[in-house]
Amino acid sequence: MLKTFKIGGVHPEPNKISAGKKIVTAALPKQAVFPLSQHIGAPAVPCVQRGDTVLVGTRIADPVGFVSAAIHSSVSGKVAKIDTVVDTSGFRKPAIFIDVEGDKWESDIDRSDTLILQCTISQQEIFDRIKNAGIVGLGGACFPTHVKLMPPKDCKIDTLIINAAECEPFLTADHRLMLEYPDQIIVGIRIMLKALGIEYAVIGIEENKPDAIALMRAKTSMVSGIEVVPLKMKYPQGGEKQLIEAVTGRRVPPPPALPASVGCVVQNIGTVFAVYEAVQKRKPLIERIVTVTGKSVQNPSNLKVRLGTPISQLIEAAGGLPEDTSKIVSGGPMMGRPLLGTDVPVVKGTSGILMIPESDAVRHKERTCIRCGKCITACPMGLEPYLLAVASEMEDWERAEENWIMSCIECGCCQSTCPSRRPLLDWVRLAKNRVNDIIRARNTKI
Amino acid sequence: MAEKLYISTSPHIHSGDTIERNMRWVIIALMPALVASFIVFGLGALIVTATSVAFCLLFEWLIAKFLLKIKDTTISDGSAVITGILLAFNLPSNIPIYMIAMGALIAIGVGKMAFGGLGKNPFNPALVGRVFLLISFPAAMTSWPVPHQFMAYTDAVTGATPLSLMSLIAGGDASAAAQLPGLSSLFLGTTGGCLGEVSVLALLLGLVILLWRKVITWHIPISILATVAVLTGIMWFVNPVLYVNPLYHLCTGGLMLGAIFMATDYVTSPMTTKGMVWYGIGIGFLTVLIRYFGSYPEGMSFAILIMNGVTPLINNWCKPKRFGKIAK
Repeated sequence: MLKTFKIGGVHPEPNKISAGKKIVTAALPKQAVFPLSQHIGAPAVPCVQRGDTVLVGTRIADPVGFVSAAIHSSVSGKVAKIDTVVDTSGFRKPAIFIDVEGDKWESDIDRSDTLILQCTISQQEIFDRIKNAGIVGLGGACFPTHVKLMPPKDCKIDTLIINAAECEPFLTADHRLMLEYPDQIIVGIRIMLKALGIEYAVIGIEENKPDAIALMRAKTSMVSGIEVVPLKMKYPQGGEKQLIEAVTGRRVPPPPALPASVGCVVQNIGTVFAVYEAVQKRKPLIERIVTVTGKSVQNPSNLKVRLGTPISQLIEAAGGLPEDTSKIVSGGPMMGRPLLGTDVPVVKGTSGILMIPESDAVRHKERTCIRCGKCITACPMGLEPYLLAVASEMEDWERAEENWIMSCIECGCCQSTCPSRRPLLDWVRLAKNRVNDIIRARNTKI
Repeated sequence: MAEKLYISTSPHIHSGDTIERNMRWVIIALMPALVASFIVFGLGALIVTATSVAFCLLFEWLIAKFLLKIKDTTISDGSAVITGILLAFNLPSNIPIYMIAMGALIAIGVGKMAFGGLGKNPFNPALVGRVFLLISFPAAMTSWPVPHQFMAYTDAVTGATPLSLMSLIAGGDASAAAQLPGLSSLFLGTTGGCLGEVSVLALLLGLVILLWRKVITWHIPISILATVAVLTGIMWFVNPVLYVNPLYHLCTGGLMLGAIFMATDYVTSPMTTKGMVWYGIGIGFLTVLIRYFGSYPEGMSFAILIMNGVTPLINNWCKPKRFGKIAK
């Protein structure tokens, strides 16, 4: 029996159509755009001005406070302006625009392919390099990685879990990364173990990637302390809490508890690779793998993209925008965000670009709840989405809070199974925001 | 590319499940029992079923269109068809048409549309119709045609059902024991009774279909059947002369029909699996109670209706297992 989480979950069509496509390096953009808020926490503050010349890897924005991340230029050229841009959130946000001239890199970055196995620097040095490289969780949540590697002192960490479940349909970026950079990933894991001061890491991979499981097993067989755990296919296996349960059997208590409270730190496999490059190659986070895909996309691809590249360029590289496209999503189909247009830049959290044809893009008409209970069966957090949605509709925030609404991870399982096509998650999100405000107000009063 | 892009929050894909798909599979799952009742009771079974479905659809359409003034009537979602079939399955095959029409009107009108239609009714509409008929026309509702009168309808010869015989035995009438049909004829359905309830085999086939298509889960039917088996088992163990064995109880009356098709109605049953089990235990317990001590030989419909009424409370009490909840 393969491991998995116990409560709820759904089985959407995997649609991993780009799984067999090698990672291709995307062309340089003419202009790169860097939104200042690419992570959870305070937006970064620009440290360059209009007209400044920057190189690939030059820091262009500084973090503010502990939970924040630096931003580096992924191109060389001149700062054209500091203005606003519509980013993946759909809102206009401040950003740095850089006109590309050539491709000159900062001199301390090691651009060779040589694998550097040894990591002799101190724990603090590792921590500083990761922080200075502006690395955030690349699975999509974009939580600053250095913060995660410094768990609260009262929590005893014993396991580092590497998230390679990639449970979102369509996405294959993590899969390809494992197949093409396995050695770098192993070194990255060892660096993270050293940073955390522990000796045990587990890589969780869903069973639909047998080649990656076999390869990572072969690579880890000689290394002590790193184990590969194949997981049953089930969404949302890559959810932090679900993955911890699947791999260790431990359940993280409801918010505000952190995974650290059960002795675990979870890192995405893409983040591990970025850590390798930052620590061993002194390369800040300026590139990432993006899956560009969709049912009618001519050439579904996995692209290595410089951050700041407009997604229109990636769509061109994948054979152009299909005729029938009527929704473009940044990320996967279960949790991704819809885009307002194709001039949105790639940011740290862009794991995929998904083009959805009209037949799938349009929501069906909402019907009465027939109380079938399928949303409850699907919910991986053991909630009652139908009830939370009704409470939200009636603005009964108290009832929503009593029924654990803050535990919702917004995975979308409920809404994707509802036979009445009710927009359950929309209502739940609304109530979550309100309840969050109420809790915050209550806590500040005391 | 389309002129404009659609913007909506996640999730962007759907399993494709619809109300119609679930209703369609329930109707398909009811077909083996319909075929069985046709074989057992002949044309009468078909006449009653067809009439009941037609009246249910008609009343739902009329009420939606003229009383509630709903633009898109919901008769195409299949739920009225199911109510019609289930109502018919709970009637004897010789019941006159005007009674069926009245049952359908109460089932759809009072049982369902009065509350606002599908999804809002607290009680199972078909059972509301049946109980109304049972109280209004006790004679017609408790005279059961004997099987194998192929061309008969209202002129069918009637006889006692196994359940009424069981009541007599428990009351001390030992001669009734000789008239009890064998277990195999109960299983196949060649005995008297409501037209849809007689063939256990056909109903179990329906259960398999429902489970296979994931329309329902096992929790409600199995907990009902298990409860009945355990309780009647105890009585049988105490006094095997007065009380028949549990297997016999499982195969008689509306127990199978109720456990598989009536109690599992989405709208009127609890939402969580834990709630479903308690609901099933409640139905099983009440059924046995009515069978042994009530004035009616069969208690399934009352048991389900009572537990329908308790469902909102069960939903409040039985919460799903929350992720990460620390046991107190």
